[in-house]
Amino acid sequence: MSTTEAAASTGTNGNGASGYRWVGTRPVRHDGLDKVAGKARYAADLNLPGMLYGHILRSPHPHARIVSIDTSAAEAMPGVKAVVTGADFPEAPPKGATRNLMCTVIARDTVLYSGHAVAAVAASTRREAKAAAEAIEVTYELLPHVLNISDAMADDAPVLHDNLFTRGVEPRPTEPSNIAARTVYERGDVEQGFAEADIVIEREFSTQAVHQGYIEPHACVVDCDQEGKAVIWASSQGHFMVRSSTATVLGWDTSRIKVIPAEIGGGFGGKTTIYIEPVAALLSTKAGRPVKIVMSREDVFRATGPAPGAIIKMKVGARNDGTITTAKAWLAYENGAFQGIAAMLGCMCVVSAYTLDHLYVEGFDVVLNRPVNVAYRAPSAPAAAFAMDSVVDEIAERVGMDPIDLRIHNCPSQGDPTPYGPKWPMIGLRECLEAIRDSDHYQSELPEGQGRGVASGFWFNIGEASSATVNLNENGTATVITGSPDIGGSRASMALMAAEELGLDVHLIQPVVGDTEVVGFTDVTEGSRATFATGMAVVEACRDLKEQLRKRAAKTWDCDVEEVEWVDGSAVHGPGEQEPLTLAAITGNAKRTGGPLGATASLNARGAGPAFSVQVADVSVDQETGRVTVERYTTAQDAGTAIHPSYVEGQMQGGVVQGIGWALNEEYIYSDDGNLENPGFLDYRIPVASDLPMIETCIVEVPNPSHPYGVRGVGEVGIVPPLPVMANAVADATGVRISDLPLSPPRVLEALTAAES
Amino acid sequence: MSRTHVNCEVNGDAVDFLTEDGESLLNALRDELGLIGAKEGCGTGDCGACSVIMDGRLQCACLIFAPEADGASITTCEGLASADELHPLQQCFLEGAALQCGICTPGFLIAAKALLDENPDPTETEVRYALAGNLCRCTGYDKIVRSVLEAAVQIRTPA
Repeated sequence: MSTTEAAASTGTNGNGASGYRWVGTRPVRHDGLDKVAGKARYAADLNLPGMLYGHILRSPHPHARIVSIDTSAAEAMPGVKAVVTGADFPEAPPKGATRNLMCTVIARDTVLYSGHAVAAVAASTRREAKAAAEAIEVTYELLPHVLNISDAMADDAPVLHDNLFTRGVEPRPTEPSNIAARTVYERGDVEQGFAEADIVIEREFSTQAVHQGYIEPHACVVDCDQEGKAVIWASSQGHFMVRSSTATVLGWDTSRIKVIPAEIGGGFGGKTTIYIEPVAALLSTKAGRPVKIVMSREDVFRATGPAPGAIIKMKVGARNDGTITTAKAWLAYENGAFQGIAAMLGCMCVVSAYTLDHLYVEGFDVVLNRPVNVAYRAPSAPAAAFAMDSVVDEIAERVGMDPIDLRIHNCPSQGDPTPYGPKWPMIGLRECLEAIRDSDHYQSELPEGQGRGVASGFWFNIGEASSATVNLNENGTATVITGSPDIGGSRASMALMAAEELGLDVHLIQPVVGDTEVVGFTDVTEGSRATFATGMAVVEACRDLKEQLRKRAAKTWDCDVEEVEWVDGSAVHGPGEQEPLTLAAITGNAKRTGGPLGATASLNARGAGPAFSVQVADVSVDQETGRVTVERYTTAQDAGTAIHPSYVEGQMQGGVVQGIGWALNEEYIYSDDGNLENPGFLDYRIPVASDLPMIETCIVEVPNPSHPYGVRGVGEVGIVPPLPVMANAVADATGVRISDLPLSPPRVLEALTAAES
Repeated sequence: MSRTHVNCEVNGDAVDFLTEDGESLLNALRDELGLIGAKEGCGTGDCGACSVIMDGRLQCACLIFAPEADGASITTCEGLASADELHPLQQCFLEGAALQCGICTPGFLIAAKALLDENPDPTETEVRYALAGNLCRCTGYDKIVRSVLEAAVQIRTPA
């Protein structure tokens, strides 16, 4: 079944059936030709005259004090033009987010994970730079390290930061520890909830750290001049973030830095921070030449942010009619070498797909000697959903209820309280559950020997700051400039919304991602926000333009502007005494009616619409090898409104497959001495085409009332359900429930063997 | 360091360049010839982003020493389209929304061309196995596989 048929069969559209002319259609993306022709320029594709190559030396130890760094041999090597160490960077404050950023970019006194940057070289060729970096002599004093949550939380654990005292504990601890923070959400009385329950299920789960796995390694070219200004070409999820973060690390004023966004080769959250730009900037300043740094794949795995592993304990009570009465959750998430908010986010998500009168959720953020966590698509939600939706599946089995019906029975609606406080706005969880229940897939008989699993997932989505400038050209075309990098087709979405507003053919609109000096401030692309928030700015600018266009028509006709309406791309005279004026007619005459037409909008987008996804999979399990094969997969997701349905489907399918990888194969494997043992795509195995079936999609559209077209944002939530979907399907296929990910062949085989004996 | 003079044919043109012996064909294509379509995703032959067709065989350019290309005929992504028309694979990738970030796209196009050159009427399973050496982290492969199957139809039955 094709995705289009799947969408049609569920009564949802995603096919422009909403009365819009352009929103909901599927034009070829504006930047597509360059990308299929091999012309699109990513950061590593830029070469400048006189450019040097930078190479970063990284720590081979997970935890050590840097006693000394001797760069003299490196500086004397052929082709070397500059060498920097942590001592060349401004001093970091003693604690806080600024310290964490500064000390992630380059270590100061202490290295906190294998792969931590300690020094860098710029030389004429890649080889010269690498050879010189390897000639830098670093003397380390080794310190004891911790690599997993349990060890890091132990009373006698080696402590990473002697000024880190657990937040969220009263009284404030007097001793430092690796527990950065404790988060609690509670409502009602869980003991009462358990007393009201007919069955109580208590389980412990674990997930492993995984990497975002974008195919493009981090890359940048930085050119600093003699006046102290820097131009940075970088691949990132937000070039204003690159500007501010680079300025912070270097102690520079942001006005010294201009960032030109290169095309970005995947991010998934992993490019919401920086690693190499300040290093290249300092090398360029020292050398007086442009410097390019491209990370190796090994460095990407060792030194950029994975998503955290987690340990989650769930205790859930339910009545025999399927009503979930209460949930108690204990969550601990890795943070990497510096503290983050992974556990807090996990706490907010863990029971969000369910209505609960009684809940108690407690989370711990834990630092350890691994690279610093960075966001990965709905960060923290997948592990939390794995725990909760595995238990919910067991409840459905125990009470003899269809797992979708049980979820519908416990489904929150608008006005119900969220676990973390505010009330739910309009949400589409029920519609997603119904879409899966009614899907051809769920209605079909499960083939012999296979297992079927379902699960749901939640993600917040966010708004934040965005800017857009829309210029109307003299020939009646439009240029839409935004500050959001185009990660997966957002240029096309911006153009579609502008086309809808202006009544202009989408092919007459040129969407552009502007650098930090041509468009207003725009936050990093995260929280599924680009089409939602930056789209709002585009719509606002277009609405401003429509007012201007009406005024120009009124001036041309010498009538009151109130008599002019904007209809389908033309000014129409209400009383009907004038022939309509097309947009092109007005822009062509603009010099005589007041000059060129352009508008800018900058806003803080409020009212991001929460996202839900519900998914079902059929799997088979090879009893001899433990290999799990995904035979069929269907995902339903509430998009609010699908602006470009093909790219909405693409986000849904991509999220699902990343989740399948997390569930079945992917994991960071560390040796006892603290080194990552699988820092490459051969041993860190992400899903390939032959591992998968088609991913059938049902776009559900419950519009977000806070967005002019109802957009919720679709980038993230798709990765949440696959972890429990896979676990539930494997349990259905084998009768064995596995609570530790990944469900890799050895682990599944071990579980099957254990169950037999 | 001494450099080797390499003569080869790239996308139908006779070209030559100087290279160090240990340099990869990928770096030579990108740095010496300015053909940036092939990308380095891993440098170890695991991701396929640097796929090229060399003397009729699909290869990872990152695993080939540049001097090995002497006398060879190489096709890169830049060689797929004619002056006035995209290759059907390129057109189908665009219309089928088979790319998101686009970094893997040149490699997929080349791998798909290598498949269709050998097997003009592949099954879905054959497409999936032929593309198994190319990693895409954005799409989940669904729209890529559909687009390759559609391009195969178009190539077999020209309008």
